[in-house]
Amino acid sequence: MKRDIVVNKFVIKFANINGTGSASANKLFAKAIFRLGVPISPKNIFPSNIQGLPTWYEVRVNENGFLGRRGGIDIMVAMNPQSMERDIKELDKGGYFIYDNTKGIPPELMRDDIDIIGLPLTDACRKMYDDPRKRQLFRNVMYVGALAALLDMEKEIFHQLISDQFRGKTKLIEPNIQALEAGYNLAKETYNCPISYRIERRDNVGNKILIDGNEACGLGAVYGGATVSAWYPITPSTSVIDNFARYVRKFRMDPETGQKNYAIVQAEDELAAIGMVIGASWNGARAFTATSGPGLSLMNEFLGLAYFAEIPTVLIDVQRAGPSTGMPTRTQQSDVLAAAYASHGDTKHICLYPSTPKECFEYTATAFDLAERFQTPVLVMSDLDLGMNDNMSEPMEWAPDRTYDRGKVHTREDLENLTERYGRYQDVDGDGIPYRTYPGTHPTKGAFFTRGTSKDEFAIYTEIGGKYIENMDRLQKKWKTAANTVPKPIIRKTAKPCTIGVIHYGTSEASTLEALHHLNSLHGISLDSMGIQAFPFSDEVEQFINEHEYVFVVEQNRDAQMRTLLINEFDFEPDRLVPLLHYDGSPITARYIRHEIRDWILQTTTSPRRRSRFY
Amino acid sequence: MSYKIPTFRHPNLPKNDLGYTTKDYEGAVSTLCAGCGHDSISAAIIEACFEMSIEPHRVAKLSGIGCSSKTPTYFLGNSHGFNSVHGRMPSVATGANMANRNLLYIGVSGDGDTASIGMGQFVHAVRRNVNMVYICENNGVYGLTKGQDSATTDLGSTSKKGEPNPLEPIDLCSIALQLGATFVANSFSGDKHQLIPIIQAAIAHRGFAFINVISPCVTFNNVPGSTKAYDYIRQHMASTNTVDYVPHAEEITTDYPEGTSENVTMHDGSVISLHKLDTEHDVHSRRSALTMIKDYKAQDKVLTGILFMDEQSKDIHEIMNTTTTPLRNLGISELCPGTEQLEAINELHR
Repeated sequence: MKRDIVVNKFVIKFANINGTGSASANKLFAKAIFRLGVPISPKNIFPSNIQGLPTWYEVRVNENGFLGRRGGIDIMVAMNPQSMERDIKELDKGGYFIYDNTKGIPPELMRDDIDIIGLPLTDACRKMYDDPRKRQLFRNVMYVGALAALLDMEKEIFHQLISDQFRGKTKLIEPNIQALEAGYNLAKETYNCPISYRIERRDNVGNKILIDGNEACGLGAVYGGATVSAWYPITPSTSVIDNFARYVRKFRMDPETGQKNYAIVQAEDELAAIGMVIGASWNGARAFTATSGPGLSLMNEFLGLAYFAEIPTVLIDVQRAGPSTGMPTRTQQSDVLAAAYASHGDTKHICLYPSTPKECFEYTATAFDLAERFQTPVLVMSDLDLGMNDNMSEPMEWAPDRTYDRGKVHTREDLENLTERYGRYQDVDGDGIPYRTYPGTHPTKGAFFTRGTSKDEFAIYTEIGGKYIENMDRLQKKWKTAANTVPKPIIRKTAKPCTIGVIHYGTSEASTLEALHHLNSLHGISLDSMGIQAFPFSDEVEQFINEHEYVFVVEQNRDAQMRTLLINEFDFEPDRLVPLLHYDGSPITARYIRHEIRDWILQTTTSPRRRSRFY
Repeated sequence: MSYKIPTFRHPNLPKNDLGYTTKDYEGAVSTLCAGCGHDSISAAIIEACFEMSIEPHRVAKLSGIGCSSKTPTYFLGNSHGFNSVHGRMPSVATGANMANRNLLYIGVSGDGDTASIGMGQFVHAVRRNVNMVYICENNGVYGLTKGQDSATTDLGSTSKKGEPNPLEPIDLCSIALQLGATFVANSFSGDKHQLIPIIQAAIAHRGFAFINVISPCVTFNNVPGSTKAYDYIRQHMASTNTVDYVPHAEEITTDYPEGTSENVTMHDGSVISLHKLDTEHDVHSRRSALTMIKDYKAQDKVLTGILFMDEQSKDIHEIMNTTTTPLRNLGISELCPGTEQLEAINELHR
């Protein structure tokens, strides 16, 4: 097969068995490319299982910095005979199928439109190692070594990474390097290296970092001043708390007493987790929980209480595919409506939609400010793709002079100096936001009774309809105030005015922006875009939609939940918002978005004259 | 029932060490039915806090949903209160306690809250040994929804509706003991001489102090066939001990025959003086307490008093080794690692 050489632009997928240590080998491979200055986007596709089932790791390499999923596979590293049939079928025409030929490919699976490279990895391992566990582990490092040869990578970068990885465990460095070299040599001996896909050093990464969103959220909670964390384990949010715990152990231990300046409580369920967050926040601490869809459902009753009793609450929702248990290890953006309107009665909650780890960090830290400023729940809507995959991101930032906005809280002195009766739910400043006091502040002033039942502005129980309305309308006013405080949408306009816009949010961003780039370069279609960052929607969101005849809403759920939220909040003509949906549990691809938009434009606008309006 | 508490008080009302009278510990007027056992418990809490000279604003009172959970409005009006959601008071109290370990937490709950919808939360608050007083105002009936049996209704007990309860009851004291509760007492709302010092002992206890108080529902469950009626409890109540709470400054003056009394010194230096009515019982033995409850029940008696205490127990903060400063008092300088550290973390990810 005659081929062109393709440098730093391909998608490689590893097929492995979970629980065999392949994840760290695959990460080593991805990190090496990143260290060589070439942008990457790795995705871990794993089963809800601990050991023995198929698992995949897909790395998109793109020196132009497109980080969404592209769609299609150029190189398949097939290390799992269980999944070989689907793996070989999935490979794009003209791709490379690299496999362990200790066990051959069944003849009926053979394809003649791809290159097949067999490497006797298991055989080689059997010769090199006696211990079965070592055979398994080092086979992983060996195929990474083989890839270094096949892709013509600088080998030294792996040596450096292995040394970094086993810092403090020097005994492990040498055997890993040996396995890497063995794999490298095996590929050289078996195949005329390199293949037509190559990795070359570039300087296209800049000061970017490679980190998963859950670590960034956990760190955001540390920087945001969270002292109480209450949670219940649930995939894919668990590592938010793991990382929070890791960083508070580092930064929040009193060096003299060994005492902790934090408390992490693993609750008995999600109901208790959010209850603890509410109790701690009510009592003046910054507290948070992290969960996923099923947990969010369980927290609904309490979220209504927090909304109505006006208690700051920070919740990180790392979304996964639902409903019910759905596909717990696959990604979706399917809690949008469940989060925005969580609970019974008239409720709505501030939601933030991070797209990158930097935003995960920033929005988690900001969530505490917003929650305390508006005395209400704030939900950070991450997802599995963002939370559990390493994402290349701008570095996290924290300005040296940044302070916490603790919101309106009367101190003991404030209460002492009050000339009028303190009213917990009084709108003193006309922005709908009342003043809190913490329990234990003043001996005789400021005590009030927090309740989910209706109350007057002095927190006294009442069932008088007028008082109820007064309170609900004040909450609405507070909501309007919040709309212009939450992060603004990111609007990207084309050079000339255009009639079609595209809305994206969260992890649909990278693929959408790439699709728009290629719609322009390949099809001459240029469209405006808007990345929604928060709910309530600010005026700019409405304005963007009004400026365009049609607006695509790109999202990763079946029911077009963000579109519904927009229509519900603004009363748009529904036809103007065109759903563009992807919901198979994998991250949305740029190709898919591009094809959907292109096809829609072609179908909707049959006459060339009419079509021209979109170009 | 009256709608307003008269503001007039006797000018010579006794004052406690803080100069407060009982008036300073009262709350809003109760909206419960006249004769409700819960009101007697509120009165006992007021009296207990007054006598112990507790600063009202240093108390946080929390509850779930139900008749019992309404009562925190009716005592300690100068304390912050939190009427949360049904059965979930333990989690809110746990969170509040995490934020500030220096307040006194009084949780009030009922049998629907504790033994049914919130059983899970109750169980885990016990396990964690959250430093709080947990009072279950147990009337064996759902009052606010008008008279359904609860999970603590005794087998065969009949409420006003007349149907004998066909299910085994949950004995909350036994459960608390089995879960490792560090203070367990059983009492009766109609016996304030017993209840007040038990509440005081529970307040002095560091850790989770559980008091089950049988508190008859005059409207739905005070009928002849009910085992949670005033008459029934008065006829069947037996006490394992009488309790005196002695602040640490005072001298113990009670004098009982050798072997029948025991003085337990609490971590704050106060003393719980127990006079044993049943000399068999060892208040420091969990096994003894469980056996006693069973034995008395077999004789158709309701055992009351302090059933078990472990005054040396470690509360949740000691277990977790959290700072002695209330977490909510920590500021950005203690909490935020700062810009340089973040840059170092960024660097580790390059």
